[in-house]
Formats: sequence, C-alpha cells, structure tokens
Amino acid sequence: MMDSNTPEPAAQPEQDGRRSFIKQAGGLLGLALAPPLISQAERLTAMSKKVEGVTEMRLKVNGTVRTMQAEPRVTLLDALRERLDLTGTKKGCDHGQCGACTVLVDGKRVNSCLTLAVMVQNKEITTVEGLAKGEELHPLQQAFIDHDGFQCGYCTPGQLMSGVACLKEGHAKTDDSVREWMSGNLCRCGAYPNIVAAIRQVEQSGFKG
Amino acid sequence: MNNFSYTQASSAKEATASRAGTAQSAYIAGGTTLLDLMKANLEEHAQLVDINLLPFKGIEQTADGLRIGAMERMSDVGEHPLVVQNYPAVSESLLLAASPQLRNMASIGGNMLQRTRCGYFRDAAFPCNKRVPGSGCPAIAGDNHNLAILGVSDACIATAYPGDLAVALAAFDAVLTLENAKGKQRRVPVTEFYVLPGRTPQRETVLEPGELIVAVTIPNTAHARRSTYLKVRERTSYAYALASAAVGLDVQGGTIRSARVALGGVGTKPWRSPEAEKVLTGAPATEATFRAAAAAALRGAQPHDDNRYKVELAQNTLVQALLAVSS
Ligand SMILES: Cc1cc2nc3c(=O)[nH]c(=O)nc-3n(C[C@H](O)[C@H](O)[C@H](O)COP(=O)(O)OP(=O)(O)OC[C@H]3O[C@@H](n4cnc5c(N)ncnc54)[C@H](O)[C@@H]3O)c2cc1C
Ligand code: SF4
Ligand code: FES
Ligand code: FES
Repeated sequence: MMDSNTPEPAAQPEQDGRRSFIKQAGGLLGLALAPPLISQAERLTAMSKKVEGVTEMRLKVNGTVRTMQAEPRVTLLDALRERLDLTGTKKGCDHGQCGACTVLVDGKRVNSCLTLAVMVQNKEITTVEGLAKGEELHPLQQAFIDHDGFQCGYCTPGQLMSGVACLKEGHAKTDDSVREWMSGNLCRCGAYPNIVAAIRQVEQSGFKG
Repeated sequence: MNNFSYTQASSAKEATASRAGTAQSAYIAGGTTLLDLMKANLEEHAQLVDINLLPFKGIEQTADGLRIGAMERMSDVGEHPLVVQNYPAVSESLLLAASPQLRNMASIGGNMLQRTRCGYFRDAAFPCNKRVPGSGCPAIAGDNHNLAILGVSDACIATAYPGDLAVALAAFDAVLTLENAKGKQRRVPVTEFYVLPGRTPQRETVLEPGELIVAVTIPNTAHARRSTYLKVRERTSYAYALASAAVGLDVQGGTIRSARVALGGVGTKPWRSPEAEKVLTGAPATEATFRAAAAAALRGAQPHDDNRYKVELAQNTLVQALLAVSS
C-alpha cells in the first residue's frame, strides 16, 4: 500500500532533553497499557473500519511518510504542528475563517484546521516546508521577497500555499481575479497589494506550478 | 472538541447502519460545518461516520435535468461547464460562497445542512431556542443585524440556512434525493426541504435522523439558462450574504414569459418568492416591473431594530439582479 520508495523520515534533532524524555516516557507507558497497535492504514482497508482512541496514523507530508500516535479528533493542522514538528503551517482562527493553515491535499488547497488527520492518510500533503527545493526557493517565495509580500509573516505560509494553488488553477490571470481567489487568506498587516503583485509576477513569468 | 470514534463507510447501507449503531453519531463529509461546530462545543458526537467514499458522485444530464451527486465538491460543481452554461445562478452562488479552500472541501450535501451564523446560537454562553429549545431568543431584543426579516417567529429570527447554493436551488425548482436506513429513496423539492422556525426552531429541515442526501436534480429550463445570483456583503468577498437574490427570466419580445425569484440572507429559510414571480410573469421587462416585484417580495417583512435596513437592501438587490438578467 505505501510506496516502498518513500524515504524514511529524517531523524528529528534533539532540541530539548526534558521534552524528549517526557515523550519517551509517555510512549513507553502508552505501550505498556495499550493493546497491540495496528496501523490505521491497514485497519481502514481491512474489515474493521472503526478507529477509536490513540492509534498509529501515517501521513505522507512533502513526499515523506511520517507516523504518529493520535486520536481521530486530531486535526491535520495540529498533527503537522504538534506531532510532526512542521510548524510552518500556522494556526490563526482554527475555524476556517483566516486561511493561515492552508496546505495542499492531493494538489488542492484546503484549510488544515477543519481537516481531520485520520481522513487524509494515503493522500499527498504539501506544506510550506515542501515548497523550496533544497536551498532554491519556490518562485512564489522569491516573489514575496521581491515585492515585500509580508510584514509580520504570520499569514505568509498560508498565502504561499494558497497562491501556489491559485496559480496552478489558472485563477491568477488578472489582479482582480487574484484578489477574489486569494480572499480566503486574511492578512492583518494589510500586505495585500504586495501579495497580489508577487502572485502576478510569477503568473507573468509563465510559471505553471 | 470532544473525543469520538471514526468510522469510514463505503456504502450507504454501511453508513446508515454505523450511524444507527452508536447513539450521538453524525456523518462527516467535508467537515467544514461539523468540525467548526464541534470545536465550539455546539455539537458533540460520540462517533463520526465518514461518507466520502459513498458513490454519491457525478454531474450528469438526466431526463429530469442536471443531477449532481451529494459528495461533489462546491469548487468542482461551481466551475463545471454544464452548470456554468445552463445554470449561471447556481454556478455563481457556489463561487461567491466561502473561500476557494473551503469550496475544495465542502460537499453539496453538507452545504444544504450548514447552520445559522446567529452570534447567540454560536456562543454556548447564551440561551438560544434553536440550540436549547425553550431557553429563549436573545437575538430578538439584541444584535440581529444579520438575521432574518421574512418567515420569522417569536421563537427564532435566524437565517437558519445562511448560505447561497440552496437559494439558487430553491429558485430553479431543484429536487433533493434522500435515502433512509432501509435503502428507501424519496424526492423532496428544496423549497419543501427547509421548514419555518415556528415554535420549534431546532427543527430546520424534513431530513429524518440518519437519512442521507444522495443527489440534487435541477430541471433544465429557459429561465435557469438566463439567470444570475447577486450577493451583497459587508466586504467584497469571503463573507455571508446580508441579502442575495437568485433570479431567472425567460424574456421574449420584451415580455417576461416565466420568472424565478429566491432571496438569501433575509428569510428564516431560502426564500422563494411566488409573489414576485406573479408580478413578473406576463409583464414587460422594465425597471418599473422589477420594482413592483421587489415590493411584492418584501411585503410581509417583519424587521427588528438592527435589520430594518434589509427591507430596502433586499429590494434593491432583487431589482439589480433582474436588471442584470434582462439586459
Ligand atoms: C468561514 C466559513 C465561511 C463560509 N461562507 C459561506 C458562504 O459564504 N456561503 C455558503 O453557502 N456557505 C458558506 N460556508 C459554509 C460551507 O459552505 C459549509 O460549511 C459546507 O458547504 C458544508 O459542507 P461539508 O461537506 O463540509 O459538510 P460537513 O461539515 O461534513 O457536514 C455538515 C452537516 O451535514 C451533514 N451531512 C453532510 N453530508 C451529508 C449527506 N450527504 N447526507 C446527510 N447528511 C450530511 C453532516 O452530518 C453535518 O451535520 C462557510 C463556512 C465557513 C467555515
Ligand atoms: S435567532 Fe434563533 S438562532 Fe439566534 S438566538 Fe434566537 S433562537 Fe437562537
Ligand atoms: S486557522 Fe484554519 S482558517 Fe484560520
Ligand atoms: S504579514 Fe502579518 S498577517 Fe500578513
């Protein structure tokens, strides 16, 4: 079921000894008390399709399969930020109203705050961490720098993911079209004119996403 | 959000059986209404049944009109060539709704069942007859600027359906196909799917517990082909309607052969207006006719302190929409 070519997740750097101790201890305790873990992906294709309590989930993020232990109520946003240490994706409103949490699922932009992680297993998830190729920025990231497309930067990961999708959808052909099709991403700093300019620059350069 | 179990259903039978098997269960499609409400502790469910694998898909011409599966996404339907061509008002109602991200997630079935944006309903600290029957309605004497002026009752004045699509569907005689736990299907016109609040504002539709929305079918008509959806908001985009109008006209030689009118943002349910349609049918397609139709549509309005402006706003919205399709 899982792509055998998928690289293993890179080991997470140890940042905080205490925190990782707690994580480990929790893991050990959990293992002692919990019934044998069945991978959720297996469960979902097997007879029992019910997922209850903490189980193993697999998410394919930026081309890498990551596993984590979580309950069905964990949103994709919290899974990325709290379990997988991918904190580029931001939490603004947590209710679908601001767009800060925008990621791509199978190439389509969605609000990760209203998406359950359990429901996007086996799908391709792309976050802002997956835009650059190594040191080479995505053209839209470069354009945001060229045009000062941000001030505080909090909305920027969501703007970038939404902008990349907007370009790919073909909705960036005019300034007005960009304004309408980027309206799901709010910017409290009001960097809108520069965000529009950045997206239009990439569109005019012929980049197709 | 409370903890819950998650069940993925692959057929309608499995879905209805799973839901019936656990008290306090709900279906989840796009999750954009359901999770929003659960996070605010306005709904609590012990089990969510994922219905995304159900075969309620496809956008296709049938003898009865265009049939759209309930699991289709707002974005796909809004930009579908058959919808854009034959039902411009339906396409516009979808593409002017929510945001591109939400439209990628949200299903047509889920859209029908979105809940009111009444601020008191959405804040569990307040009483609300819709949320807790019998507890009272603070909106009547409170902030009601975004609430309804048509179809209101002493118990509730909320726009129970605050969205757009169902308004366009109500205008063009769309019919929902529903399926119950026994696998039995029934067809209900969108205009009859929603019910007035009366003394039981907690009941908003005729959907039975566990019943599924399978599809919506929209008849192919001349007035639907010449139609538009006009939405007036507090900001240009990404906001609910203060007032909106879905209209369609079949005009021949300057005379209106048939007309369809529904209003959004002003009724306790998507507000089809036979009164306006009666004024329009057989009349010359002029602004004077449109003004008379708008006056007829709002004649029964019962505004409150903060939403009095909607009486005029709704009329102007309707006139502008009619001018747009008649020119
Ligand atoms: C910030 C924001 C702004 C919005 N703005 C607008 C707007 O401007 N205009 C507009 O029209 N809408 C707007 N919406 C509402 C949005 O369109 C709905 O949330 C969406 O359509 C619901 O679809 P869903 O698939 O996500 O439903 P879900 O959240 O999955 O389900 C909603 C409800 O319907 C039930 N359900 C779902 N599918 C079925 C089915 N097939 N059969 C039976 N029951 C079912 C579920 O059990 C649940 O109770 C907005 C939402 C948000 C969060
Ligand atoms: S208007 Fe309806 S939804 Fe709003 S507080 Fe009153 S009863 Fe509740
Ligand atoms: S955090 Fe998801 S839309 Fe605001
Ligand atoms: S840059 Fe500050 S919110 Fe957009």
